Amino acid sequence: MRGLSLLLFITVASDATTDLYVTGASLPPELEVSAAPAVTSPVASRYIPEEYGHPGIALARSAEEPAAPSTEDGESSSHHHHGGGGYKIVQWEWSYVQTPYIIASWLLVASVAKILFHFSQRFTTAVPESCMLILLGLVLGAVVLIASKKQPYQLDPGLFFLFLLPTIVGDAGYFMPARLFFDNLGAILMYAVVGTLWNAFCTGFCLYGVKMAGAIDEKVNAGLMDFLLFGALISAVDPVAVLAVFEEVHVNETLFIIVFGESLLNDAVTVVLYEVYISFVEVGPGNVYTADYFKGIASFLIVSIGGTLVGLIFAVILAFVTRFTKKVRIIEPLFVFLLVYLAYLTAELFSLSAILSMTFCGIGCNKYVEANISQKSRTTVKYTMKTLASIAETIIFIFLGISAVDKSKWAWDTGLVVSTLIFILVFRAVGVAGQTWFLNWFRLVPLEKIDQVMMSYGGLRGAVAFALVVLLDKEQVKAKDYFVATTIVVVFFTVMFQGLTIKPLVKWLKVPRSTNRKPTINEEIHEHAFDHILTAVEDIAGLNGYHHWRDKWEQFDKNYLSKLLLRKSVYHKSELWEAYQKINIRDAISVIDQGGNVLTSARLSLPSMASRTSFPEVTNVTNYLRENGSGVCLDLQVIDTVPGAKIEEELETHHVLAGNLYKPRRRYQSHYSRHFMTVGEKERQDREVFQRNMHNRLESFKSTRYKRHKKDRSQKKRKGSDAKEQDTSDKPRRNVSWQDKDPVVVPMAPEEDKHDPSEPDKYDDVGITFVARKAPETPKERPKSVSAALDVCQSPVAAPPSPTCGEKNLPWKSGMGSLPPCVSVEATKIIPIDLQQAWNQSISSLESLASPPAPPEPQHPRVSTLSRLGGPVRTPTKGKSGGGVCAASGSDTGSGQFRFPTGKEEEEEGTLSQQPQEMQPLMSSLRPPPPPATQSARKRRNPCVYLRSLVTVPPSGGGDPQSRRPTQL
Amino acid sequence: MGSTSSTLLKIPNVEVLMQETGFSPAHIIRLHDRFKALDKKGRGHLCPQDFGAIKELAMNPIGDRIIGAFFSPGKETVDFHTFVKILAHFRPVDKNRPKEPNSPEPINSRSNKLRFAFQLYDQDKDGKISRDELLKVLRAMLGMQVTEEQLESIADRTIQEADLDRDDAISFEEFRKVSPEILHSRCFIKAPVIMLMERDC
Repeated sequence: MRGLSLLLFITVASDATTDLYVTGASLPPELEVSAAPAVTSPVASRYIPEEYGHPGIALARSAEEPAAPSTEDGESSSHHHHGGGGYKIVQWEWSYVQTPYIIASWLLVASVAKILFHFSQRFTTAVPESCMLILLGLVLGAVVLIASKKQPYQLDPGLFFLFLLPTIVGDAGYFMPARLFFDNLGAILMYAVVGTLWNAFCTGFCLYGVKMAGAIDEKVNAGLMDFLLFGALISAVDPVAVLAVFEEVHVNETLFIIVFGESLLNDAVTVVLYEVYISFVEVGPGNVYTADYFKGIASFLIVSIGGTLVGLIFAVILAFVTRFTKKVRIIEPLFVFLLVYLAYLTAELFSLSAILSMTFCGIGCNKYVEANISQKSRTTVKYTMKTLASIAETIIFIFLGISAVDKSKWAWDTGLVVSTLIFILVFRAVGVAGQTWFLNWFRLVPLEKIDQVMMSYGGLRGAVAFALVVLLDKEQVKAKDYFVATTIVVVFFTVMFQGLTIKPLVKWLKVPRSTNRKPTINEEIHEHAFDHILTAVEDIAGLNGYHHWRDKWEQFDKNYLSKLLLRKSVYHKSELWEAYQKINIRDAISVIDQGGNVLTSARLSLPSMASRTSFPEVTNVTNYLRENGSGVCLDLQVIDTVPGAKIEEELETHHVLAGNLYKPRRRYQSHYSRHFMTVGEKERQDREVFQRNMHNRLESFKSTRYKRHKKDRSQKKRKGSDAKEQDTSDKPRRNVSWQDKDPVVVPMAPEEDKHDPSEPDKYDDVGITFVARKAPETPKERPKSVSAALDVCQSPVAAPPSPTCGEKNLPWKSGMGSLPPCVSVEATKIIPIDLQQAWNQSISSLESLASPPAPPEPQHPRVSTLSRLGGPVRTPTKGKSGGGVCAASGSDTGSGQFRFPTGKEEEEEGTLSQQPQEMQPLMSSLRPPPPPATQSARKRRNPCVYLRSLVTVPPSGGGDPQSRRPTQL
Repeated sequence: MGSTSSTLLKIPNVEVLMQETGFSPAHIIRLHDRFKALDKKGRGHLCPQDFGAIKELAMNPIGDRIIGAFFSPGKETVDFHTFVKILAHFRPVDKNRPKEPNSPEPINSRSNKLRFAFQLYDQDKDGKISRDELLKVLRAMLGMQVTEEQLESIADRTIQEADLDRDDAISFEEFRKVSPEILHSRCFIKAPVIMLMERDC
């Protein structure tokens, strides 16, 4: 066993490396190097000592990896290890850790395999991941088989049904788009029940017919019952395979939900048929009486309805429990996982349909749970579920591949294999056509021919069938080995061949794709209105149609269920309002996302504004998430929307921001005040007072400012980075004209921006950049047209290295008057690391355009280009070292590299203490360590949102420090 | 069904009606029965009170607007002819029906469906959904669940989103543009209103 596992790991390692060579042609070399050791080192160093049985193989294998330096290390250390002699300094406790170690290693292998597949973009778009995983499994299996002559790793049905399948089904159920599902429930049920029965019987009987006709070898010792049993298990469309393949194809939602819903709901049919036939096979066909058939039907009803009920009961329990978790937020996700899983296990316990149970538990509880639990818990649930499902899927496919290699388990019969393949394809197509013809009588959106082709072709078989066939008892089903082989072929054919070809087919047939568009607020509203209208029309026409019942259900839900299952604080929220908030947040995020784009494209568009712009289908961030969201994402929307019941204020601020971006500037003020209404009267007074104070202080401070600034500067210079000074000094030059107009410059020295790290602020790890500007002397200058401001952004200097700076330049606010836009660096948080690189690149390319260096203006080295609005705008960047924000166009710094302003800089901290007290208010609004007044204000406003990203314009004139508060949502 | 023809004969202008609405005789009869059931006093026409007697409709937040849509301005009653014509808005668009080139646009065209919905918003019939009108609908639909301010921000946002010509109101063209296919498919097509009727008969 040990030797085997060792071998296996080494194989994986070498496999991974070769894989890299194959797929990673376009990769930078360091990737290969870094990837290989990651896989190899634990393997080689840990296992080689154990490997005495097959040292030759192990060494040979590791020798195959020229790019893995760690291999040598592993070997040498292992030799060393063995030289120890009688007394072992290090104990080898393999048997102690064996099980978890193997499991963890498998997970690692699976995950690394996934990474490797995704190195080559072109490759993964052509070949579905599931195919790659099966191939990898085949290779691994072959290697293990060659090495050990037997196959220790199998897709164990117990493991599969108890652990792997539930994670996938749980994820699918919980994130099932409920309305879409129920709108199509009729069709789904039809295909799941009638379609599966049809497939099962037809395949079974026809195989029996073929056998009678002699096309199947005599050795296949199977009667009618055996074939029916086989037909039952081979006929069910598999949720895992469907998800894996369809997820990458992006067909339209209706098509997807029908195929996927069918694959989930047919579980009951499969389970019952399987059980019934097993019992029939056991007692022998001769002893089956008519009553048994009726028992079978009764059993089907019990299994399906019972499973559904169990699921719904657990859904209610789960929703009810989460109502009371307010004090123990941390375990909220655990409740979700536990109860959903318990729904599955309980159904299994009573041999009901576990998949049905779990699916309905997920669908049922989702609405209430999502509303009850906190935002963080929501995210946790989402990502954990996706992670688990993704890894389970990976393992399933790899093990499918590995299991296929084990020759001892199966026996080949060409007749059986070929006829089974033909039958399942033909009957699937015929069944779909027939049922669709029937359904189209009732459906108002008929399923077109193309849809039918896709549905037939999408009928993938998968691991469920395989696990079921492995579960067969060879004593009773004599032809089990043949069935296993056939099942494997069928699964491989559907997943690999159909999976590979389905994408081209979709393109070729021009199947309507899913649009990644999100509904606009108009759509939400009108949709609600139309629901009401149609309900009313049904009432008037005296029909109890779909809308009638839907309306009845919603009344019930509102009056009883929601009351019982939702927190009081959440209960009174309106659905439409939630939708509205979601949309706003989405916009806000996309605006952040485009904060980067503004630099290059000078274009601002909100995705939900259908009429204004052509839909930017997905913004970069969402795109990124979507692309990388692995296999099992049913509802990716959750990733980029932050629904908020509890963070209302934050949301409102978001709205302010988002709304602001495209609103006439007039609006802003009213909105601003409106949304801060919640702050409360007293708070506002406080703020008012504070602001006035600050204003006065600023005024007095102005006079001293220059001096102080110089001093700070010089101090800083002494400390070091002269080069940076130079850079920054260039900036003013570009804005010379502005500066002339605005003699009063408030230079925010970078040091001033720093906050005391010790200050307890949740956000302080993220730099916040803001532009503080002193009361603008030249008000006429302010109304800059947006385009003008945008131009600024495009200039290299204006486009500071960090997104923050870019956002600073966002001109939206410029119209507002002299208000300095406050931008938070938080935005960068949202940008995945990978994108950051791209960001830096784009920045540096901009930099090359930089205008010639300007004569240094030592006094206001940091006068930013942003000051164009007539006020000398200071870019208090996070500090030079921090963002490198102001380092653009550095002549001697060579600071072409812009870094994301993430870390806190030592320098900043050091200087912090030196901050003049007067400056603090300005910064405090931005920075975590606010002076007491601000701080208190802030506290009250908590919870602050974290999505802060947008540009806020302070409501009133530039002198108002409070208004410069960074966007806190 | 034996009485089909005799019932039909009782309805005046039934041929024209079927021609205009595309309802089958079975539909017409079914609707006629319903009409008679609503018309409790047997006057041959319906007045708003008759609609108000429908219990479910009373609970519908925009029920009275829909009732209002049945009555052309100034009229207190609706006869069977109008009743059927209005319901015909909700027939699914039939693709198979041979298109007569010069026939007027069918009542159940997408455009007419949207126009029906539009006029539910546009109560003053000026061809535009103003902010106030939108607010009223929102208030009706959202009820007490949100504050007036929230309503207003939703309304503002909605108008900004749809408003192309910046007149702070939504014209029908704008309305049509922001009610894209989703609405079309989800609300009009998936509503098997008249389809079910067919089954019932």
